[in-house]
Amino acid sequence: MLNFILLIFIYMGIYAISALGQNLIVGYTGLLSLCQAAFLGIGAYATAVMMTAFNMGFWEAMLISGLITAICGMFIGIPTLRLKGDYLAIATLGFGEIVKNIIVNWDSVTKGPMGINGIPGPSLFGFMFSAMDKISWVILIWVIVGVTYYFVRRIVRSRIGRALEAIREDEIAASAMGINTAKYKIGAFTTGAFLAGLAGSLFASYNQSVAPLTFDFMMSVMILCMVVLGGLGNNFATVVGTFIIVITSELPRLLGISHIIPPQLNQVIFGLILVLMMIYRPQGIIGRVKLNYAKIVKEEILHLEK
Amino acid sequence: MNLFNIPHNELLQHLINGLTLGAIYSLIALGYTMVYGILKFINFAHGEILMLGAYAGYYIYYFICDPTQGGVFVIFAFIISILTAMVCSASLGVIVERVAYRPLRKAPRLAPLLSAIGVSIVLMNLAALFFGTKSKKFDFPFDNSTLQAGGTSITPNQIMILAVGLIMMAALKLFVDRTRLGKAMRATSQNQSVAALMGINVDFIISLTFAIGSALAAVAGVLMALEFKLYPTMGQMAGLKAFIAAVVGGIGNISGAMLGGIILGLLETFGVVIIGIPQGLKDTIAFSALIIILLVKPSGLLIKNIREKV
Repeated sequence: MLNFILLIFIYMGIYAISALGQNLIVGYTGLLSLCQAAFLGIGAYATAVMMTAFNMGFWEAMLISGLITAICGMFIGIPTLRLKGDYLAIATLGFGEIVKNIIVNWDSVTKGPMGINGIPGPSLFGFMFSAMDKISWVILIWVIVGVTYYFVRRIVRSRIGRALEAIREDEIAASAMGINTAKYKIGAFTTGAFLAGLAGSLFASYNQSVAPLTFDFMMSVMILCMVVLGGLGNNFATVVGTFIIVITSELPRLLGISHIIPPQLNQVIFGLILVLMMIYRPQGIIGRVKLNYAKIVKEEILHLEK
Repeated sequence: MNLFNIPHNELLQHLINGLTLGAIYSLIALGYTMVYGILKFINFAHGEILMLGAYAGYYIYYFICDPTQGGVFVIFAFIISILTAMVCSASLGVIVERVAYRPLRKAPRLAPLLSAIGVSIVLMNLAALFFGTKSKKFDFPFDNSTLQAGGTSITPNQIMILAVGLIMMAALKLFVDRTRLGKAMRATSQNQSVAALMGINVDFIISLTFAIGSALAAVAGVLMALEFKLYPTMGQMAGLKAFIAAVVGGIGNISGAMLGGIILGLLETFGVVIIGIPQGLKDTIAFSALIIILLVKPSGLLIKNIREKV
């Protein structure tokens, strides 16, 4: 039981890192990206290949995987700059499918549908992290979550963060204010992808294996759900959202009734969360209601007229 | 393989296959394009409406007849099942719009899109729960032996897909261009508030749009089930590709959706045989086409580029 709870915390941490990246893209910059799972997959596969085929250590593999994923993020960011809202969503979805297809078909590197097995764990100052020793994994991953959280928080509370929010609210007005929207949008994509790459790296190393079908559209939706449920554009809310989504999806196993509850039920719940949140609480569970200046002005006028 | 090394009959064969695929894409793309024309958002759940329509057709068909018997009754049953599938999908489309999209009509653009993704996931997984994830085979009601002509073969099913596709598209085009309701639809897509001032019931027109688009999707779903197979995720990839077809042709434009569907069908078929793209990477063709068209001519082939005004 304790083992299982630790396992949940490990996955929660991995997802929290990529959800923080997703929040930077969707929540702060307002670009609906549906390929976070693909970024995770790229990171995981890069780590897997580097650690098994080139016998690289975990830390350098993780860093390089993050950079490779960031370059991929830039690669998808540049052509999609001209796209807005729905088009961007579809293009990123397509990118995700292309990545999955390439992973499945590039047998010589990715071993195709079989996936890569026997990925070693990281070692730190002579201490080996083994998959059995879950407590040290939890500590390792949550330290990285903490660093990520701090990093993202520093970004969004700086000039850069304000520029991103300005782009989200009104791109044309933002560029009229002298913000180089292209630069910031690509930057958001690259950073979000980098974080997903790190998460993928941890994912591969913890699971000791990667398989292409893990990183499908449903995973992207799950990560998106975490951000939306918590509250778009709020890092703390994103971590809370991750917490809730991971608990919900593992609840049947936690209660030992996973054989009665079919896995599709989880997906139905995610879908319902998306719809209901959008209709009744678009700002998320702990998000604040945005100030509506038109409404405030109207109320003020009414007040004055009285 | 090179284009010039392929014998003519084989080329013709691929052309037929490509057109059949294209006709299905076109039928689905129409639903996307009509909804986009009026509400300016992607109905992500369209593929799932197609899938549920196909299931409805399948269950009704096997409920009212035993296809092994053959004869006129089977054909009659098939027509009834297609019509029922259309009605089921149309009602589903209208319900989805009422429940998940209408409350969000004034919300920021991200909201209806996320809601649509949610609906799509719910419907897909409910179908998997109720109908099982195993694929089902919907048997063609008529004699489906291949017809041969000059080294090219065509199945009666392919002929039916092409014929039904053509009839549906022509009927839709006539409806939108020539009838009063079609005119109201076009007016609504140009400007909702002015259309409302002219006495058009905008809510009704939007519901009608969803109903027509979904009914066409149901037809496409049944045709797909006959040609390929029936499974809960069949709508996902087909829906995405049809959306791409709509974008390639110019989203919001009905002729564009038809053209885009045909182009995409041909591209996929010929991409594999001529350019030599491996079968496993077939889906990549459509997405690359999307990214290229969005970069080169984002408004699509049949719509003029419009600069955004502040």
